[in-house]
Amino acid sequence: MERERDTDTSRRGPDEVVLRVEDLHKRYGREEVLKGVSFEVRRGETKVIVGPSGTGKSTLLRCITRLTEPDRGRIWLGDVEVTGRGVDLNRVRASVGFVFQDFNLFTHLTALDNVRIGLLKVKKLPKDEATEIARKQLEHVGLAHKADAYPAELSGGQQQRVAIARALAMEPKLILFDEPTSALDPELTGEVLDVMVALAKEGMTMVVVSHEIGFARAAADELIFMEGGVIVEQGPPDQLFRQPKYPRTAEFLRKITALYGETG
Amino acid sequence: MFLQATLINLGLLAGLIILGLVVGIPIALLQVYGVRPLRWLASAWEGFFRGVPALVLLFLFFFGPAQFGVQLSAFTAAILALGFRSSGYQSQIFRGAIQSIPRGQMLAARSMGMSRLQAIRYVVLPQALRLAIPAWSNEFSSVIKDTTLAYAIGVNEVLRQVRYIADRYYELAMPAYLTVALIFLVLTYGGNWLLGRLERRWALPGFPMRGAEERIERGREIAAEAAR
Ligand SMILES: Nc1ncnc2c1ncn2[C@@H]1O[C@H](COP(=O)(O)OP(=O)(O)OP(=O)(O)O)[C@@H](O)[C@H]1O
Ligand SMILES: [Mg+2]
Repeated sequence: MERERDTDTSRRGPDEVVLRVEDLHKRYGREEVLKGVSFEVRRGETKVIVGPSGTGKSTLLRCITRLTEPDRGRIWLGDVEVTGRGVDLNRVRASVGFVFQDFNLFTHLTALDNVRIGLLKVKKLPKDEATEIARKQLEHVGLAHKADAYPAELSGGQQQRVAIARALAMEPKLILFDEPTSALDPELTGEVLDVMVALAKEGMTMVVVSHEIGFARAAADELIFMEGGVIVEQGPPDQLFRQPKYPRTAEFLRKITALYGETG
Repeated sequence: MFLQATLINLGLLAGLIILGLVVGIPIALLQVYGVRPLRWLASAWEGFFRGVPALVLLFLFFFGPAQFGVQLSAFTAAILALGFRSSGYQSQIFRGAIQSIPRGQMLAARSMGMSRLQAIRYVVLPQALRLAIPAWSNEFSSVIKDTTLAYAIGVNEVLRQVRYIADRYYELAMPAYLTVALIFLVLTYGGNWLLGRLERRWALPGFPMRGAEERIERGREIAAEAAR
């Protein structure tokens, strides 16, 4: 699938590795949730992760910026080793967006303030500059007219779009999405997926845990199938759908295709 | 005469409730976010000041320092004793409120690069303080009445004045006590009215401060669960 890249790929090169995860392990008590996960994401790529419930997909995403502390393995963001000693984690996190299943907008802040707060408190931008960026990002997700609304006054789909604007405002190198549409009513998933497909086309680097097959087909460069704490198989979505190497992959993809359908 | 004495009660109230607030919030934060030894210390503080009777605290703070050559005025001793006591109760209120804020709020704040302190200051506390207002109003109604206890260590507050009259002019005893009752009713209602206004002023769409007590109660249950 061809995609336009509007960013200055000439300077940094399209093959620049934005994220590298190497042999990641994590256990909760006796249960080993991640059993050695490795993968790479290049600049501008979108990777979609699918897999049964309890497989460690959320844990994997949270480990990437050490919101959850991994037990073993190494993680690089660009040339910064996130798992390295003395790394400034807040700085790392400021450069990676995170979009949650249940939005997690700050309840006491308006849409505009939700988008602006990271710019003001983390990036320490002056107020008018932060406001300008925040308004631009709200517009980007089609919600400029809701700037003064509180989360409770927005639909789920709108809340998730504000959450995406909040992530975008920080100018992240990478955005992680953890099942961004699974808390939404079916008629609201479309508006969120549309925004995400557009982002992928604009050249944003994204890792998306989602069972929306339509999105994976439209936007994913690679589909990763995880099960039982390991990556079973990964490759271009078409290839995984048409000729998966493992029967488990075929079986799982058939199941979610039946559940979520081809569109979405 | 009553008026002047009532002003002393109001002075006590202001002193103790502010002391209780500025000590109670950090105690609550330490209990929720502190490292283990600090968490224990904070819980011990809360347990002590909630467990010891108010009168005993008053005597401890009035006579205790004198043993070490520090003579506190009765007024100061009363503010310290009742203020620290209130900090115990207030910390419980704020702890429940903090724990009733969904974890996702902290997670989202940290995920964008806020330090833990920033997340507490800009995300958790603004929500928790709003939720705490109804329970805090109860504490307010309760400590306003406790100010009369300061009479036991000789603070010239309103109850002491009334006792003075009642002991001398027997026929005035009932009217005098009724007057005190009325004064406290007015103060309590006035205070709660002000707090109700504050609550409405701070109200946000979809932020249910009504029913906040239930949320705080849930927060307490979570805390109890976590402690086990
Ligand atoms: N904080 C935690 N403490 C203990 N166990 C946990 C914790 N977080 C996750 N787990 C366990 O780790 C396993 C993997 O959880 P995770 O949420 O990463 O799975 P998932 O693939 O995202 O599943 P789902 O599709 O349901 O979201 C689960 O068995 C879960 O119970
Ligand atoms: Mg998950």
